[in-house]
Amino acid sequence: MTLPGWKELPEGAVVREPGNTVTISTGEWRVFKPVIIDEKCTRCRLCWIYCPDGTIIEVDDPNAPLGKRYEVDYEHCKGCGICWKECPVNAIEWVPEER
Amino acid sequence: MALKEVGPMEPIRTHMQIPREELIAPGHSACQGCGHFIIVRHLLKAAGPNTIVVNPTGCLEVVTTVFPYSSWKVPWIHVAFENGGSVASGVEAAIKSLQKKGILPKDERINVVVFAGDGGTVDIGFQSLSGMFERRHKVVYVLLDNEAYMNTGIQRSGSTPYGAWTTTTPVGKRWKGEWRVRKDMMQIAVAHHVPYAATINPAYPVDMYNKMVKALKAEGPAFLHAYSPCPTGWRFDPSLTVEVARMAVLTGYWVLYEYDHGNYKVTVPVLKRKPVREFVKMQGRFRHMTEEQIKKLQEIIDEQVEHINKLVGKTVIGPVVEEQKK
Repeated sequence: MTLPGWKELPEGAVVREPGNTVTISTGEWRVFKPVIIDEKCTRCRLCWIYCPDGTIIEVDDPNAPLGKRYEVDYEHCKGCGICWKECPVNAIEWVPEER
Repeated sequence: MALKEVGPMEPIRTHMQIPREELIAPGHSACQGCGHFIIVRHLLKAAGPNTIVVNPTGCLEVVTTVFPYSSWKVPWIHVAFENGGSVASGVEAAIKSLQKKGILPKDERINVVVFAGDGGTVDIGFQSLSGMFERRHKVVYVLLDNEAYMNTGIQRSGSTPYGAWTTTTPVGKRWKGEWRVRKDMMQIAVAHHVPYAATINPAYPVDMYNKMVKALKAEGPAFLHAYSPCPTGWRFDPSLTVEVARMAVLTGYWVLYEYDHGNYKVTVPVLKRKPVREFVKMQGRFRHMTEEQIKKLQEIIDEQVEHINKLVGKTVIGPVVEEQKK
């Protein structure tokens, strides 16, 4: 890996692309992974609220009840388990990660 | 269900109204279950994209901006530990000046928010914060309080509670963890006669969101004291972050109240307080505590609760009620 020299770096080491950590994968940190069971989900939104990394994604889906559905961004989910603990109807399963 | 998501700087009634747009990207290197990000995510949603973030050194700065990456989708500036308040003052003054000269549109609303840790506020950044309050800059100062210097490896700060283990208040024959009582930052902020000051907690997102909106709308400096559980430093499982935060409120350890232009109000009343033992036994940093120490901690909390009840003028945080064993 070659690192850029001082001439190639932006002045003041400014990062010009906001939010570019999105390209880093933190999904490998996980030991357990959350799996959302869509039939049990009541769309209360608490997993989305309490996720520290914003990796539970709210998707608009006209066919789903209440017009939305929740998905997990496994690329970035670190597997902390807050969603699993906070889900009031146990609609999130805590499954060992297989690689 | 007809409640729609609100725009930035509008108060909400339920958590269904919190806007969907994220202003902080995933992929940062914070620990699993970090309490900081639940707070920062929602506060940025409340502030909206027209915000400048000033970030003194701390966990938040270290994990979000590993060169050449940045998690922030809003303008962000990093400053040293001790001058979060002064840089935010400068940013705010510059915006005011540019608006006067007509370089920036006059009616455009630009929020300046400081996210500082407890080391950068309670100990090192204390003088610049005090100066910022005194000069009446229109800045929201958010103190993300994880009760020690977690970024450098769990050293005690002025905000570490009684009895807590840290690497600089070890547990041995002579020392049994921290023996001093923490600073009351809320009362220090109120003593500066700020228009708005409040305590927030990630387990109560609606309360947190509305307090941020109120702080942004205040006509002078506003102070928010956020309680941010740290699984690594407090020694508990990452999945319990929100539970620990909630237990802090239920035991009266963390009272959610606000100071709004001279009026105190407790936003989350707890009529039957749980004994502090429930909160202590969740965390490894209190594992060494003897019955005597727990009793002393309970006394400190009782005193704090009584003080707040006196400020509010009625009993909003009730007495300790031991749960009946079945």
